Amino acid sequence: MTIRVPEPPLPIYRPPPAVLRNQRWRWAASATVLLIVALSLGGSEISLPRLTQGSVNIVHYLFGSAERPRSGYFPPDFSNGLVYLQQMLLTVKMAVVGTTGAVILAIPLSFLAARNTTPNRLTYQLTRRLLDLFRGVPLIVMALIFVAAVGLGPFPGILALAIHTAGILGKLFAEGIENIDEGQVEAVRSSGAHPVQVLSHGVWPQIIPHLLSMTLYRFESNVRDSTLLGIVGAGGIGYYITEAIRGFDSRSASAILIIILSSVFLIDFLSAKLRERLS
Amino acid sequence: MIETNRLGVSYRGQPALTDLSVTIGGGFTAVIGPSGAGKSTLMRALNGLIPAGSGQVLFQGTPLGRPGSALLRIQQRRMGMVFQGFNLVRRLSALENVLLGRLAATSPWRSLSGWLPHGERELALHLLDRVGLADHAWQRADQLSGGQQQRVGIARALAQQPQVILADEPISALDPKSAAEVMAILHGIQAQDGLAVIANLHSLETVRRYAGRVIALRAGQLVFDDVPQRLTDNVARELYGQDALPGESQEPGGNQELPPNVHFASA
Ligand SMILES: Nc1ncnc2c1ncn2[C@@H]1O[C@H](COP(=O)(O)OP(=O)(O)OP(=O)(O)O)[C@@H](O)[C@H]1O
Ligand SMILES: [Mg+2]
Repeated sequence: MTIRVPEPPLPIYRPPPAVLRNQRWRWAASATVLLIVALSLGGSEISLPRLTQGSVNIVHYLFGSAERPRSGYFPPDFSNGLVYLQQMLLTVKMAVVGTTGAVILAIPLSFLAARNTTPNRLTYQLTRRLLDLFRGVPLIVMALIFVAAVGLGPFPGILALAIHTAGILGKLFAEGIENIDEGQVEAVRSSGAHPVQVLSHGVWPQIIPHLLSMTLYRFESNVRDSTLLGIVGAGGIGYYITEAIRGFDSRSASAILIIILSSVFLIDFLSAKLRERLS
Repeated sequence: MIETNRLGVSYRGQPALTDLSVTIGGGFTAVIGPSGAGKSTLMRALNGLIPAGSGQVLFQGTPLGRPGSALLRIQQRRMGMVFQGFNLVRRLSALENVLLGRLAATSPWRSLSGWLPHGERELALHLLDRVGLADHAWQRADQLSGGQQQRVGIARALAQQPQVILADEPISALDPKSAAEVMAILHGIQAQDGLAVIANLHSLETVRRYAGRVIALRAGQLVFDDVPQRLTDNVARELYGQDALPGESQEPGGNQELPPNVHFASA
């Protein structure tokens, strides 16, 4: 005789409530993103015929058409090459000075905008909002404002770069300060060191690598961004490329682009090498 | 030398130390107790890193100054702290780390210039020599072994020219050999230089070997305060709970009766 052992019912798998909530969240998030994209398509005037027609135009624009002499980007015209090189150098100089100014501004602001070094919550909030403002105003708009304030030339460009970049670097530095090892800071504080010394000897040595690497990284972007500044009259090579394109002097525009691209590549390469050595 | 008077410390309303009154003079005092008992909190409160919530801490008869006050900084300078995780500034050399102990004796603006008053570097080198690390003076802190880092930590504390060393689990992160070296140095500081040493320790074996006095905390309260000879295995078992005697075999033995001056907090 065999005894039938009743099988225990299989346990029904039920995900814990937290998992279910998480799943619902993910669905809601995906739906929201789709909705935002769909809504954004309205007003964007996307049209396939215009794109196809445009591609033909681009080919004509880049490679020239037979009916117009000296049209097209090839061969590049370097007859003003020396001027372009000087202007590119000026552009890089603007990035150097602008980034330096930004660092000088960003360092004190970042200590006020880091939770662990700020004197109080009000200062923290005010500094964070100030940095948001610096960062939030587009670079070109800021350059236009400074051109209106101090006149044309590299000076307003440098001011705009410095303020805009201070907003970016201030936030990045502050995050670096918030991520330091508090134990090292506490050790300095426990010795009876002055608050200034706690910052200079407990916090500062820890953030230098982060600070240098972020600064170099922003410098690379600033070289690229400062080529735009000339467009609004704030100095540098941007002015020349706008003039060349507007005047249908495509071969000069081509030469300027080549100079910009090779400078940017070179600086990115050198700066990346340097950052590698820092980490 | 250091005295707490009905000291209470809490973290966001959660008490970590309650009504603690103890006077610690010279010699080697071990602080023991299970995890979460409040040992580290006591060390930080003695140094003034965390302010007393209630009651007070007195250093040489004077209440600790308010956080951020010049008085507190002068008092802190006389208390060298040694940490479980060493807490060296990792990117600085061993020598520079020892020199950090001199900051409190240097004006803040001069210390920014990096210029050292005469004799500071000699003192730091002498202290490194004392902990057996003269050859490593220019090595970066994060390239030293744990034992070496802790010895730099002790040299840094000594550079403050303190009267007390507060060591929060100075050897828990170390291998037995490095731990023995560090304990020997701490013992030497106390026996030869006459500094008071207060150390949180986990191993009762170490406590019995080095301490002249044992203070035990449980749940933020003082539950034992006596010479290590009275710290029997039974007392320890009572303190740590039935099944945990840290760093020790759990064989029964020792005195079956509690010493008369032991009074456990009702759990
Ligand atoms: N920064 C903090 N914030 C909130 N609570 C804390 C903090 N530090 C400690 N505590 C709490 O205070 C109590 C005492 O902690 P403390 O670190 O002093 O214990 P301990 O005896 O040193 O323990 P251990 O042996 O694990 O180091 C614990 O309950 C702990 O959770
Ligand atoms: Mg602890």
